[in-house]
Amino acid sequence: MLRRILFGAVAVGLVACAAYAAFYVAPEERTMGTIQRIFYFHASTAWAGETTFFVCFVANLLYIWKRKPEYDWLGVTCAEVGAACITVVLITGPIWAKPVWGIWWTWDARLTSTFVLWILYICFLLLRTLVEEPERRALLSALFGVFAFIDVPIVFGAIRWWRTQHPAPVIMGGSGSGLDPVMKKVFFFNVLAMHVLAAFLIAERYSLAKTKHEVELLQREAEAR
Amino acid sequence: MKNLNSIFAAYMIGWGVFFLFFVSIVKRSSDLRGEVERLKKAILKEK
Repeated sequence: MLRRILFGAVAVGLVACAAYAAFYVAPEERTMGTIQRIFYFHASTAWAGETTFFVCFVANLLYIWKRKPEYDWLGVTCAEVGAACITVVLITGPIWAKPVWGIWWTWDARLTSTFVLWILYICFLLLRTLVEEPERRALLSALFGVFAFIDVPIVFGAIRWWRTQHPAPVIMGGSGSGLDPVMKKVFFFNVLAMHVLAAFLIAERYSLAKTKHEVELLQREAEAR
Repeated sequence: MKNLNSIFAAYMIGWGVFFLFFVSIVKRSSDLRGEVERLKKAILKEK
């Protein structure tokens, strides 16, 4: 219990320090001004969400291969945490877009593929509520999770492969892209903080999945009597 | 600082989503732990 509280405190502390760095350490961007500071929260949350979906994908593949319930628990856990991250991305993005583009939303490749990603993982979670039998539910959702992950590289590549309203990449964007060195440090600190927060949420949600499995076993035992 | 309200809103809503998600995990965990206890008691009674 103490370890969990400490983990949570570290995650919250890091997120608070990351916000402080975004507001007071990072220099002001020349063309967008103060509103650009949303970038540190928005983009780092998106990275954390995509990492989480990658872990979900690996867990789904491992479940299909090994059929161990632990991989199913990890898969559903990561799908939920990732969906929470992408929800934040889809909210903070339009708040940043409105003052800069003059519109809240446009159906460009990056925004649309991110929205589709969110829908796919919401469907993943909904699908699990429709199947009662645990092994069948785990297998179906693992197969769907592998399919849903196809959209992650599309989201990553959308601003590299096509012309979009969304800004071009500033990290791994090839020649001509990049960030001011201080901005880069602040951004990677935010990425670290959001990954630690995601890891904390995964640990908490995983323990919930474990308890749910325990309930299902006890229910089966009670029904068998 | 122009657009400070928008940045403030983005951070507050974003943190709010994570906080609500965490609260939902705690709530569901507590409900399930209650269910585990109830089922264990019911099984013991039947024994």
